[in-house]
This record gives sequence, C-alpha cells and structure tokens, in this order.
Amino acid sequence: MTETIELSIESRYEFVDMVASISRDAAGRIGFDEDTSGWIELAVREAIINAIKHGNKSQEGKGVDVKFEIGAEALSVYVRDHGEGFDYGRLPDPLDPGNLLNPTGRGIFFMRTFMDEVEYSSHPEGGSVVRMYKGKRPS
Amino acid sequence: MAQLSIKERQSGGVTVLDLSGKITIGEGSVQLREEVRKLLEEGRNKILLNLGDVAYVDSSGIGELVSSYTTTSSRGGQLKLLNLTKKIQDLLMITKLLTVFETFDNEEEGVNSFN
Repeated sequence: MTETIELSIESRYEFVDMVASISRDAAGRIGFDEDTSGWIELAVREAIINAIKHGNKSQEGKGVDVKFEIGAEALSVYVRDHGEGFDYGRLPDPLDPGNLLNPTGRGIFFMRTFMDEVEYSSHPEGGSVVRMYKGKRPS
Repeated sequence: MAQLSIKERQSGGVTVLDLSGKITIGEGSVQLREEVRKLLEEGRNKILLNLGDVAYVDSSGIGELVSSYTTTSSRGGQLKLLNLTKKIQDLLMITKLLTVFETFDNEEEGVNSFN
C-alpha cells in the first residue's frame, strides 16, 4: 500500500527545512538506513531549491508543490514549480576539470547521484515537474 | 538562531574559523562568504576552516567553500580545510573537490602546512 503526502510551500528557502524533515521521516518509514535517508533528504532539498530559484525565479507568490509517495520498498518524490520552464538538460558537467571551481551547478548532480531515477517533465497546466525515485536495495 | 556559528581564532599566522551548524543556501552560505571577505580585507589570507561541527552542507554550501577557496587564492592567500565530517568528505569526493582542497585531520599539521 502506498501512502501519499502532499504539500505546497511559498518560494522561500526557510521552508526547505520543513520539507526536508518530511523527506527524512518518509525515508525512515520505508526502512532506508540513516545514511541513505540523509542523501535522499539532500536530493529533495536540491530539487526544492531548484524549483524556487530556477523554476519560480524566487518569486515568493509562486508555489512549489511537493508530493511524496511512500511505498513498502520505494520512495517517489514529485516537485513542481510554477515557472516558465527551465532546460535541465543543458547543464554543464560539474566534474569537467574546467568546471570544478564553479561555485554553482552541483544540485542536479547530487539529485542524480543519490536517487535511482530523476526525470523532468513539463506540467500540462504549466511549470516543470521533477520526479525522483529511490528503491530499497535487497538486503 | 543563526544557521551557522563562526568563531575566529589565531594560531601562529593562521586564522582558524571554527564553523558550527549548517552551510546551506541562504544565511549559512552568506555568513561564511562575509567572514572570509572580512578576513581578506584585513590582510589575513591564511585561513583554515574547521568543519568538524558542521552538521549539514548542501550544493550551495559546497559552492561557497569553492568560492571562498578561489577568492582567497586570487588574493594571494591559501584556504584549507580541517576535520571534514564523513558526509562532507563524501560530497567533496564525488564532486572531485578533494583534488582541489588541501584537507587535514590534525590542526597542528594544518596550521604548520601554511609555513
């Protein structure tokens, strides 16, 4: 059985901690170990920060919608912004030697590193949605 | 309460910043940036960041460490890292930044490395 938690926040960084806290609890509920829960939390933080910063261009009135689907063996997280769209496919590789000293450009890299799947799509009613999935490894 | 607490002390000619809390987007990253900028303006350009009590870092915090490093280097100084937590070490490893930063587990060794 899948449990669902949905919430919307204004585009303010001070709300990132709240959503991150839900993410950690959700991961713990599925039985991810503490390290993995921490990395999932980081991926969720980065997705929300991107939605605020790049999606909504930090306009506080634009919301960020978050949905957690907590399954028995996996967590799916959806983060939707209400912006004009952002081309997440055209980002510089942060591991390229020429980019190592860039101060930005590592958020999506962390999301892809710590989650099993990260997919971007356009929402039919506007904005972008990122879907992230993390499954439990067989022990 | 501030996200990040920064305590400053001198050890020889090296300024050690004891950081405690979170280096994340917003306040924590800005505090670190302003502290490093202040030291450089005062001509103190041998900086050792003690990260032992930093509980959390996000991509913005990692970016701020990189910015602090490049700003200090561009002013003829050096910025090095002390007491990486396991999580920070992991993040610096996967971003290949362990190849950029000089890091230490022992403060005396870190301080002496500037001479």
